[in-house]
Amino acid sequence: MEYIFGKLTLNDLAFLHDPIVLGATIFIVLGALSIGGGLTYFKKWGYLWKEWITTVDHKKIGAMYIIVSLIMFVRGFADALLMRSHQAVASASETGLGYLPPEHYDQIFTAHGVIMIFFVAMPFMFGLLNIIIPLQIGARDVAFPYLNSLSFWLFAVSVILINASLILGEFAATGWLAYPPLSGIEYSPGVGVDYYLWAIQISGLGSLLSGINFVVTIIKMRCPGMKLMKMPIFTWTALCAMILVVAAFPILTATLAMLLFDRLFEMKFFTSSFGGNQMMYINLIWAWGHPEVYILVLPAFGIFSEIVSTFSKKRLFGYTTMVWAIASITIASTIVWLHHFFTMGSGANVNAFFGIATMIIAIPTGVKIFNWLFTMYKGRVSYDSPMLWTMGFLVLFVVGGMTGVLMSVPAVDFQLHNSLFLIAHFHNVIIGGAIFGYFAGMYYWFPKVFGFKLDEKYSKLSFYCWTIGFIVSFVPVYIAGLNGATRRVSQFTGEEVGIYNIELITAFVGALIIAAGVLFLFLSIIVAIINRNKKEYKENANDPWDGRTLEWSTSSPPPFYNFAIVPEVKEIDDFWEQKYGRKHRKDTNYTDIHMPKNTSVGFIISLFSLGFGFAMIWHIWWLVAVSSVGIFVTWVCRAMDHDIDYYVKKEEVKKIESGNK
Amino acid sequence: MRDFFGKITLLISLLLLSSCNDMVLLNPKGVIAEQQTNLLIISVLLMLIIVIPTIVITIYFAWKYNHKRNEEYNPNFYHNTKIEIICWGVPTFIVIILAVIAWVTSHSLDPYREIKASKNDPIEIQVVALDWKWLFIYPEQKIASVNWLQIPVDTPINFKITADAPMNSFWIPALAGQIYAMPGMQTKLHIMSDSVGNYLGRSSNYSGTGFSGMKFNTRVSSRQDFNEWVTKVKNSNEKLDWTTYSELAKQTINHPVEYFESVDMHLYHKIMDKFMNPNFGKQETNKHLNH
Repeated sequence: MEYIFGKLTLNDLAFLHDPIVLGATIFIVLGALSIGGGLTYFKKWGYLWKEWITTVDHKKIGAMYIIVSLIMFVRGFADALLMRSHQAVASASETGLGYLPPEHYDQIFTAHGVIMIFFVAMPFMFGLLNIIIPLQIGARDVAFPYLNSLSFWLFAVSVILINASLILGEFAATGWLAYPPLSGIEYSPGVGVDYYLWAIQISGLGSLLSGINFVVTIIKMRCPGMKLMKMPIFTWTALCAMILVVAAFPILTATLAMLLFDRLFEMKFFTSSFGGNQMMYINLIWAWGHPEVYILVLPAFGIFSEIVSTFSKKRLFGYTTMVWAIASITIASTIVWLHHFFTMGSGANVNAFFGIATMIIAIPTGVKIFNWLFTMYKGRVSYDSPMLWTMGFLVLFVVGGMTGVLMSVPAVDFQLHNSLFLIAHFHNVIIGGAIFGYFAGMYYWFPKVFGFKLDEKYSKLSFYCWTIGFIVSFVPVYIAGLNGATRRVSQFTGEEVGIYNIELITAFVGALIIAAGVLFLFLSIIVAIINRNKKEYKENANDPWDGRTLEWSTSSPPPFYNFAIVPEVKEIDDFWEQKYGRKHRKDTNYTDIHMPKNTSVGFIISLFSLGFGFAMIWHIWWLVAVSSVGIFVTWVCRAMDHDIDYYVKKEEVKKIESGNK
Repeated sequence: MRDFFGKITLLISLLLLSSCNDMVLLNPKGVIAEQQTNLLIISVLLMLIIVIPTIVITIYFAWKYNHKRNEEYNPNFYHNTKIEIICWGVPTFIVIILAVIAWVTSHSLDPYREIKASKNDPIEIQVVALDWKWLFIYPEQKIASVNWLQIPVDTPINFKITADAPMNSFWIPALAGQIYAMPGMQTKLHIMSDSVGNYLGRSSNYSGTGFSGMKFNTRVSSRQDFNEWVTKVKNSNEKLDWTTYSELAKQTINHPVEYFESVDMHLYHKIMDKFMNPNFGKQETNKHLNH
């Protein structure tokens, strides 16, 4: 049996031990069955395979990224509610124990962090980039469409892997960055850390490939006339973020690989004994981790820039300074990682250097905020939901930025590090910055992809719930931090009984308000889908916000080749100029269009990768061998396949274009 | 809707006010924590100079240039050198001031720096983070305690800190900032308390299942009370040598307070050195048994 199943036994079915996990398992199994059943009943398997699984169309891949991200968001948010309710109960009760045992609570906060960063924020960002970047630069697809499909499917299978840990075995109970020696084999002998490592390794590879793909796409595939200094700001932020991906993700992969070798082959990179150095892990993981923060938030800044300018009906104020601000943030973000561990004893000079480097990032960030404000100045600002999310961001993010700079003063950080103040700070910038940005982007660009708007009423309700819920939820967390409460504490015993109960109960109420916001967010999507053919949803779908950049110059949804005629750009915000300035006349001299063919290779390689990761976690060696051979053979077959592209005939283009009018 | 917002604001400000009085970090009881608190407040005030106007301008512009109000519209106002210089200049100015403060205080409040401003001689205490409790060794008094830290008031304390467990962080919020406790390595922390009382100390860096209970009481007492406490510990009849230490080092959750009347004077260094040779501890135990 050991040869067939490795370490896996029936006892590893986690739901045998825990009613909460049993519920989650039933939910997942029923969900999978109903989706599978529905697909079979409506005979949609073929459609799914042809139109989605094997697609190389960047818009569809982008949409799939965001769908998976939203599903994972529900799981990550459920984790948050479990933690908030547990802490509220624990802090209010006499015993201080709450309802979750520490082993379970520790897995939950680890999963919450890992899921929200790697499986919600990253894919949401990649989804938006996928959908918008080629459209915004006037390209017909990304530079490497097949690689793009591979990136997505590698990410998708790692989602399956991390959810499998809920049913089979356990997840890591180490915190989201798995510091050794706690994550080493001595202190974490179970499969939890292996799930963590393999899920992140596989999705991280996908992220790196995507990063390369977008750097090349933006550098090489801009339409004629679009000089670097005429690119839309969102494209600029995407370029900088993707350069950071290319620079930082190899560090993550290498660091986690070393931790893996420590666990698997008893190597001594990060162990306490035999000269291993755990401090090196912490340095390396943050040398990735800090740029990662900017990988997430820079594209959000780009989205806000597009939205502020569109909804103020004005060109972005200070385009050139904005570009320089983005570039300097990109560079500075790679030399500040040590501020995550001033308390490791690096010495005053080193701490001061990294503290000051961190503060310097506040300067270009401040410049960006002023630029957005002066874009509104003498503008005509209208408050559709994308602009509301932007306004919420502007106010919340300034506060989050301030607490961040506060902690960059090393002597202050000694008191705030690892406290709930830190937790409140980074939720303030990640929710108020990145997540609000992605939501704003979703409401802004949804009509572009699907041809109808999301429901305004529910999206506004969602915005108010999120903003109020955020304040109610995280102001008390800031306060509890100032009161000396540390992160990752699940039980309040002895002198800690009851001392944080006002804060933690209020925080839980805030989380419930956010939950209402999440509900309204999904309602705004569902209601819009139901009413998609009604006038107020469909109206002006091609250009619903009076847009300024090229993505609005094609139809909504765009044809699979995006632009029948490759646009030519003369100005910043060229589409606005075309509409109101030089009165561009629509060209109808169509030519044949060169497009990539769909391919299942990315999907197949990813499935083998799933098998490989799963087998490595459970030490199922035959499956390791089969999967590696599978990956290699599929890759060789693809390399030898030269039938990967085709031409769309100009007659067909003409037919599609006339149908769009 | 406005009424609702009003209530929320009122609730939050009440919460803020009620908490402010007893927030540990704003009511420091040690000389280092006092300076850290002042620094925290100064930094916040300095940043508010720019943060408050920004928020006010945001709300003002958002209201004034609402398209419904038909204010002046000038789509060509997208560049203005003066404004852009101010946009870069003001934050740069604040950051320069803050940077100077950060540099100076990084040195003056360096946890490795000894506290000299006292007539009393400093006391050295060796701290070991274990799974999941804190061991304090008093080499001068030749005693040790678990999860109980007793120190005299107005006396500089020199902590030497290591771990025989995953990474932890040694933190007494009322007295001073934290520093990591790491196996096979030593970090240092210097504190001095100027008021008698009981203060919570805990690990702030997550270290596994028993982490929640990894805390200790810090009793700052008069010199006389401290001496009495030392005498009390000396009568506890428990000895801490490698054998009893190995027992103690095993994983326990919510470990009770323990006292040891005598300590192997090399114990602290043995704990650090054992990571150079993982068989170290075992040999010691064997030797001990062979005697």
